[in-house]
Amino acid sequence: MYNEAIIFFAAAVRTSTPLLIAALGLLYGSRAGIRNIGAEGMMLIGAIVGVAGSYYTGNPWVGALLASLSGALTSLIFAFLVVTAGAYPPVCGTAINLFGLGVSTVLARVIFGMNTTMPIIASFSKINVPLLSKLPVLGPILFQQNPLVYVTIIILPMIHYVLFKTELGLKIRAVGENPKACETVGINVCSIRYGTIVYGGFMCGLAGAYVSMALLSFFTENMIAGRGFIALAVLTVGNLNPLGALGAALLFGAGEAVQYRLQVSGTGVPYQFAMMIPYAMTLLALSGIFKKPVKSSASNGIPTMKNRGD
Amino acid sequence: MSTKLQMKNICKYFPEVVANKNVDLEVIKGEIHALLGENGAGKTTLMNILYGLYSPNAGEIYLDGQKVLIDSPRAAIRLGIGMVHQHFMLIPSLTAVENVILGMKSAKSPRLDLQEAAARFSSLAKQYGFNIQPWVKVSTLTVGQQQRLEILKALIRGADLLILDEPTAVLTPQEVDGLFIMLKKLAIKGHTIILITHKLKEVMSFSDRITVLRGGSVVATLKKEDTNPEELSKFMVGREIIEEYAKASYNPQDLVLELNKLSCNSDRGLEALKGIDLQVHKGEILGICGVDGNGQTELVDCITGLTRVTNGEILLNGENITNMHPREIIDRNVSHIPEDRHKRGVVLAMNLIENIMMMDYYKPPYAKGIVLQWKKIESRVDNLINDYQVKTPSSKEIMNNLSGGNQQKVVLGREMTRDLDLLIAMHPARGLDVGATEYIHKKIIEVRDDAKAVLLISTELDEILALSDKIAVIYGGEIMGIVTPQVQIHELGLMMAGAKKNQTN
Repeated sequence: MYNEAIIFFAAAVRTSTPLLIAALGLLYGSRAGIRNIGAEGMMLIGAIVGVAGSYYTGNPWVGALLASLSGALTSLIFAFLVVTAGAYPPVCGTAINLFGLGVSTVLARVIFGMNTTMPIIASFSKINVPLLSKLPVLGPILFQQNPLVYVTIIILPMIHYVLFKTELGLKIRAVGENPKACETVGINVCSIRYGTIVYGGFMCGLAGAYVSMALLSFFTENMIAGRGFIALAVLTVGNLNPLGALGAALLFGAGEAVQYRLQVSGTGVPYQFAMMIPYAMTLLALSGIFKKPVKSSASNGIPTMKNRGD
Repeated sequence: MSTKLQMKNICKYFPEVVANKNVDLEVIKGEIHALLGENGAGKTTLMNILYGLYSPNAGEIYLDGQKVLIDSPRAAIRLGIGMVHQHFMLIPSLTAVENVILGMKSAKSPRLDLQEAAARFSSLAKQYGFNIQPWVKVSTLTVGQQQRLEILKALIRGADLLILDEPTAVLTPQEVDGLFIMLKKLAIKGHTIILITHKLKEVMSFSDRITVLRGGSVVATLKKEDTNPEELSKFMVGREIIEEYAKASYNPQDLVLELNKLSCNSDRGLEALKGIDLQVHKGEILGICGVDGNGQTELVDCITGLTRVTNGEILLNGENITNMHPREIIDRNVSHIPEDRHKRGVVLAMNLIENIMMMDYYKPPYAKGIVLQWKKIESRVDNLINDYQVKTPSSKEIMNNLSGGNQQKVVLGREMTRDLDLLIAMHPARGLDVGATEYIHKKIIEVRDDAKAVLLISTELDEILALSDKIAVIYGGEIMGIVTPQVQIHELGLMMAGAKKNQTN
């Protein structure tokens, strides 16, 4: 029983990590007043670019870096549409999702052909951290994981620190609440929003690479399967707070791990029901069942008041 | 006496509007310079240009004799210009000190150094006699404190030229006095202050020199000693301003509206009204006076059925109308001029006919079954446009293309050409020029002289005092007391700040 639990929690950490990476990325943009619901599309692009990068170079790290950059590049389109052109963010996010699904599918067929067998790529495999992995309980859960989990553990406190302890973080928080006020004290609202959106794209690309190179080690069409939207739910349940996002991601990751366990355990429950769990949790989370004070930044508007005459 | 600021030949055009035309402004170091003008005279635009929020189409700016280019608020701040906007530029969820240092570099940059900032905050606050703690959230501050925080925000950035846009609009009379004492102190210390206002009284009591703007151009620049309110009002609107309206003698009759222990919650679920008792009679204007946000909106929403009453009752002509559907209340001859014309008064994207018929379109004679009777509708609309002097090319014009004054006349006409027992008017003259304001006020008095009941809600003391027969002061969702318009301003001010009537003597 003890071993079962350990294995389950280790699996939960593994499945929650991509949700957390994406949520930590979307967090700054949401704080700055622009929520990018195109996470799913950017993750898909990251997933294929990561696999392709690793396939050509033989190095998963190069793949992950390229995946992140591809996410950032995609989010630049979103940033241009929303911040510069003043388009309505949810519509642009939807466009990014459709774009991501199409582009990733086309890229996969162009690079790997239409054949059913995917080539073997260099992916992120489990690495035991010296000493720490020998700890009881925590060792097998946290420190016998793939390297991207460790990267996430390291950047989480950094993201928290930047948001709450630096001038940049204060600006990001303020821009989301009252962009006009920020303009009057000389903050460039547009560049803050561009920066946070592009950073969010970078992280979503990385999260996509995690799915195709750490959780699995190949690409299939539409393989993100809603994780981008679940990451948005993680953000909401986590109250736009990095530590809250950690808790929420673990919860959703556990849901996904339960689903896998149920599928293989042969309980007689049709597997379709098991597969619903993460999505059902997302719906429940967004309907306010968790009774968290759902925080959202006060502004969702278009920033610049310059020469507008209002 | 050196010149601090010179703006030369400033022009600013917006699509279809000339906001500033060849404006020259000269401000002397260490003075309080009033920029006087009606709504829409171009005062705020001119100051937004000075603060780098707008770029002018033409003109030059000189600071201390040097020609400067101000293309952003950042540049303005660097040149020592600070601006306190009419709508405060604060972030309620952050603390006072976070708001003040927002966008500034600290010694430990890029890290925040809130401790050091709080120390500077406190010493500066002490120096100028501001009583604000650095660690409180801005959302918990009073409006007066928020204004001082805005001034502090400018001072901590080293501003020596301070612009204040309509700073007294949200303050009680006592807070206004306090503000001006502080501004005088700042001026003595060498700060230069530009005050945007449309209130003659303030200009005459607190400024050194005055520049009057009208229709985007400078009409005159005068020393306070060399002028008087009558002359200023002539410069400002081209004629003298009516200070007292002709009214029939006060003769209240039957009770129309009665509120008993009325309570309700605000949108955020907090108790907004705490047991309000009020009575309005036929032939009477009851003015509700108070600083914005003390329950006025909720009070009107309760009576008009737009929010849920949690406790107490509302009687209209003796009938209990508590929590009735808004249309049922409208049908009981309650007319409502809402506080926000654009959000609730009119539909900007629809034309005059549609806006005017909004409440009656389904009733005979304007509809037979489901068929609209266009002849009847058009004749009503045309009559209204004539009677209320609405300036519009046609009744099919989109509301958005009318000026604020004409939009308000449409609202007024719609509400007053129905059968009417009770008129609720909230900020009826907000944002209107003097001519339109006087027109609206006269119409409201007509309603009262016609033996109808009027409930007037306003934050403009002058409006309340000029129109009301009785004045109820609201504070924190409670009525502090009911007084006559002959009340001492001082006493009214204390009640607006939360003193019960019997505590003020």
